[in-house]
Amino acid sequence: MINYIYIYIYNTLVTTYRLISMQLITYEMLMLQPPPAKYGGRHTVTLIPGDGIGPELLNHVKEVFRFSCVPVDFEVVHVNSALESEDDINNAITAIRRNGVALKGNIETNHTMAPSVKSRNNLLRTSLDLYANVMHCQSLPGVQTRHKNIDIMIIRENTEGEYSSLEHESVSGVVECLKIITRNNSLRIADYAFRLAREKGRSRVTAVHKANIMKLGDGLFLQCCREVASGYPDITFDSMIVDNTTMQLVSKPQQFDVMVMPNLYGNVVSNVCAGLVGGPGLVPGANYGRDYAVFETATRNTGKSIAGRNIANPTAMLLAGCMMLDHLRLYDYASMIRNAILTTMNETRLHTADIGGQGTTSEVVQSIMRNIQSKGPLTTDL
Amino acid sequence: YVSFLWSYTKKCVIIILSLNVMFLYSASQIQTVTLIPGDGIGPEISTAVMEIFDAAKAPIQWEERNVTAIQGPGGKWMIPPDAKESMDRNKIGLKGPLKTPIAAGHPSMNLLLRKTFDLYANVRPCVSIEGYKTPYTDVDLVTIRENTEGEYSGIEHLIVDGVVQSIKLITEQASQRIAEYAFEYARNNQRASVTAVHKANIMRMSDGLFLRKCREAAEKHKDVKFTEMYLDTVCLNMVQDPTQFDVLVMPNLYGDILSDLCAGLIGGLGVTPSGNIGANGVAIFESVHGTAPDIAGKDMANPTALLLSAVMMLRHMGLHGHAKKIETACFDIIRDKKVLTKDLGGNSKCSEFTKAICQRVRDLD
Repeated sequence: MINYIYIYIYNTLVTTYRLISMQLITYEMLMLQPPPAKYGGRHTVTLIPGDGIGPELLNHVKEVFRFSCVPVDFEVVHVNSALESEDDINNAITAIRRNGVALKGNIETNHTMAPSVKSRNNLLRTSLDLYANVMHCQSLPGVQTRHKNIDIMIIRENTEGEYSSLEHESVSGVVECLKIITRNNSLRIADYAFRLAREKGRSRVTAVHKANIMKLGDGLFLQCCREVASGYPDITFDSMIVDNTTMQLVSKPQQFDVMVMPNLYGNVVSNVCAGLVGGPGLVPGANYGRDYAVFETATRNTGKSIAGRNIANPTAMLLAGCMMLDHLRLYDYASMIRNAILTTMNETRLHTADIGGQGTTSEVVQSIMRNIQSKGPLTTDL
Repeated sequence: YVSFLWSYTKKCVIIILSLNVMFLYSASQIQTVTLIPGDGIGPEISTAVMEIFDAAKAPIQWEERNVTAIQGPGGKWMIPPDAKESMDRNKIGLKGPLKTPIAAGHPSMNLLLRKTFDLYANVRPCVSIEGYKTPYTDVDLVTIRENTEGEYSGIEHLIVDGVVQSIKLITEQASQRIAEYAFEYARNNQRASVTAVHKANIMRMSDGLFLRKCREAAEKHKDVKFTEMYLDTVCLNMVQDPTQFDVLVMPNLYGDILSDLCAGLIGGLGVTPSGNIGANGVAIFESVHGTAPDIAGKDMANPTALLLSAVMMLRHMGLHGHAKKIETACFDIIRDKKVLTKDLGGNSKCSEFTKAICQRVRDLD
């Protein structure tokens, strides 16, 4: 009699386990699958150094990864922004298609060249269809800012809108620039925003627009957001006009939770938020597509004026590296490096010049590596 | 004794005659300004401003007009002809907040005014107010925004179902006009530098044209320093350190966003002045906040925005003495914190606030 009860309980447990694991598998299939590790558990990631402070910061990332024995190999692809031909960037795009994941610095766009020479960064984003740019702005306790307790996620449409690069001069002296908004892309980005909000346990999504002036364009974007919002009743949805948004951000940024918006407003709002939490050196950003993911600093600065002087802040690029490790499912390495970075930032308070300190880049990186060594399992020599 | 009396009388007559001449001279200096009270709290704050100007003895005479849109011959919406005629004659206007009813069929009133008088430049000086604390102190910048074209041309098409295209228009003529105005403004108001805000790395041709025109204007005004900066860099630096900016000139959309950002830095639209400069010497100064229908008629409104716009107007007309007097009185009252309206953190009425400023203006005399 007792045996039957045991068998019955065992069967129920097994069925429940199977049901739950099937649900988890389907859920995981919905989210972006990272590429499988090749060659004995080591991932290959494309590295694009870019211009300005990009090369030196990415060198530091390589250093930290090598030191922490992270199973990632970098395939370096150089893109020369001074050339007019697009071969370099096409090589980079092919490399990213091959590896699936990339870490990049910003490639400079020289706007004294002819208008037909398009922005390389933009070309990369549109070719790989990296439709979502995600940025998480959080106040760090170790950094002095005017506003405290900021925790905003910004999801920005990354491929269309004002950045379509479709311009023409119909009459001499009159230039038209087209801003394209499509239903498909707006639905896609709104869906991404709500899924991410649900996954991270966020309660509110705000759409930022200017639909009172651009009635058709931003009106379509807003309508798509509303449609998607109706499918997520547990998440509150509201909208705000972009100029009011910037005004609210500088007076009361704590009211915002998750924000979703088209391309240009995303540029403005993400830079404002990065400035509010302490500057361009602190926030990492990620560009996600259906099949590829590219990680970089959130504000995409080349930092030409501070290049080569060992004063750039490595935090943003290192945190972008950690986001990449999370994406590759190397969670332990990611949290180890991230904790070391935050310890250096908040406890040791070793800051670079942009956040008011006097440390150099190498000093900060050394401090991070010491933190990793003291807490981590296995490292190479310092 | 008689000769003494005679010389004394002569002196008195001379003094009285010269006083009369002076009075006549200053009387001819009284300028007429078109006043558009607006809707909602508009009439209250306009009355407040008129009272304060009266106390300051500013040589301004007000001509009130209404600009509710009417449909002219041919069905085209336009502002009433007497308002247009008054504005064309006086050249200077002060406007309160206007409401745009949603289903009225006519475009927004502000848009109508802009088109009628070709108001091509929107100037918004943002100066930190000493008594009104915000996280940002020492803000002192001016945003000059192109107001007629750019992203707000309103040209949109539905290409196929699900694809919408908005056209951003940049013309050589408008860019040149705004760039010239920006440098003239910098020169006339002793500002050291002008920064052009653009996104020419992405919008190569359109912002490239704007930038070229700014560079050309900079060549003609070598005494003012000229820099160019990307929009995202400006936003990033503005929230970290707004003191590094002086005069900013930019196309329509960036101007909209940045001018509201700067207004947020100093405390919001309730304390920000604004001026619109048009062709043919027309200038309309306005308060940019809304009509606030929920507090209309309750004597709770804050007239600071309209008052500071009126002060901007006085400076534009060259009456710097009166402008300084009224501005100082206003800032003193806000700094004292004894009589403040609700939005500034106090609980006084609009009329009390106005009386306090009037008293301070008279004391400063």
